[in-house]
Amino acid sequence: MLASLGTVWTLARKDLLLELRSRDIVLAIVVFALLVVTIFTFAIELTPSRSRDVGPGVLWAAVAFAGVLGLNRSFAMEAEGSTLDGLMLTPVSRELIFFGKVLGNFIFITIAEIVIFPVFEALFNISVLQIETIVIALLASIGFSAVGTAFAAMSVRVRSREIMLPLLFLPTSVPLIMAAVESTSVVVNGGSWSDFSDWLQLAILFDVIFVIASAVLFQYVLEE
Amino acid sequence: MTSPTHDAPEILDPAAPPSGVIAIEAGRLEKSFGNAAVLRGLDMTVRDGEVVAIFGANGVGKSTLLRVMATLTRPDHGNISIYGSDLSKQAEVARLSLGAVLHSPMLYGDLTVKENLTFFGKMFRVPGLTERVDEMAARMGLMRRLDQRIRELSHGFQKRAALARALMHRPRILLLDEAETGLDEPARLILDGVIAEHRAAGHAVVMTTHSIKRGIAGSDRVFVLSGGRVALDRPSSQVTPSDVTDLYGDPSLIGPGGA
Repeated sequence: MLASLGTVWTLARKDLLLELRSRDIVLAIVVFALLVVTIFTFAIELTPSRSRDVGPGVLWAAVAFAGVLGLNRSFAMEAEGSTLDGLMLTPVSRELIFFGKVLGNFIFITIAEIVIFPVFEALFNISVLQIETIVIALLASIGFSAVGTAFAAMSVRVRSREIMLPLLFLPTSVPLIMAAVESTSVVVNGGSWSDFSDWLQLAILFDVIFVIASAVLFQYVLEE
Repeated sequence: MTSPTHDAPEILDPAAPPSGVIAIEAGRLEKSFGNAAVLRGLDMTVRDGEVVAIFGANGVGKSTLLRVMATLTRPDHGNISIYGSDLSKQAEVARLSLGAVLHSPMLYGDLTVKENLTFFGKMFRVPGLTERVDEMAARMGLMRRLDQRIRELSHGFQKRAALARALMHRPRILLLDEAETGLDEPARLILDGVIAEHRAAGHAVVMTTHSIKRGIAGSDRVFVLSGGRVALDRPSSQVTPSDVTDLYGDPSLIGPGGA
């Protein structure tokens, strides 16, 4: 078990090191998400009540769409030098490779959220930096990373992978995006945990189902 | 979740005699890509201590065959085993015995040579990793380039780094797909040395090459592929370059550096 965790960390650490050198993934997510959030602040006349109504939707749409860019990049990087083949040649199970990639993508999305949330809070003038929203963000990041990693692996050998990934990822993630939007909406309107517990359960259920399903799917999509 | 057996692979012992144990056994392999059938019922056996050269015209399936052996491509039909491990069921165990240098170096361009070798060494749980990285770098003439990123290296040095990656975990079977392409003379000598050591240690080498004379001279057995099957399987001492090229079919298909 410890050895498997070590392998997962080695894989994720390699992705972090690559990202530290290239800064492709986090930068793409942050810049795109901040652009979306900023454009909406100009497009909508933001009164306090309207901010609370539309803000959560804008926030999670921005994170989900921007996340696609980052997820695409994380596997394109493996395809470019055929390093995916290099990984496949190691005696590491496909599940561990999957979890290593998921951990890397989870860290990238979380780092991007750490930058996006305060900027969003300042622009929309609503408080999202609360423990409830942080829990929702972590659950959303887990789901996005798991589904995104499996679909990015599926799309990586396809010529039109930039189109394929959002077409697969966004519709599948709708329940999670809905849960995140509704939960955040309750939080910014002063609700408590019990007011959004159903949405929280949906997010947890989504994560459990899609982490397992994506891990299984991942093994097959990598095979030629 | 299955976890692979991570016993330390056997260390090469140049004094060990060829064992004759079956290293790779492929039976009735078939593989198609779309409508194009590449392998059509191919049979092949490679034994420990053998250096095998595979020839064939472009597109005949040499690289596909090596990818199947490397567990990167799953055959549509047929069986293939590495030291008795069926690749359809025990690929993770078989990968411990395999080292491969294919067309691409399979190294991270933004990581240094040292970081790449360390990463892949960790994936194979190579014991004494730091020493092994230095040992492989020295063997491949990469000591002064250990801290250079892969994308900053010439093609030849990338190939050397790829060879170091493939040998990090001391594999018993070495798969080389046109590995000599792009190598300068010193690097070719290193490659020849690695192949000779592997043979002397009683391990197996399977290589594809378009350099027919060189391939025959440097191998124990020759296979020529044609029509997705083995058209010739003979000891190298009994093969002439024309035996090989005669089976290529259309002479225009013979690649550069051919006969």
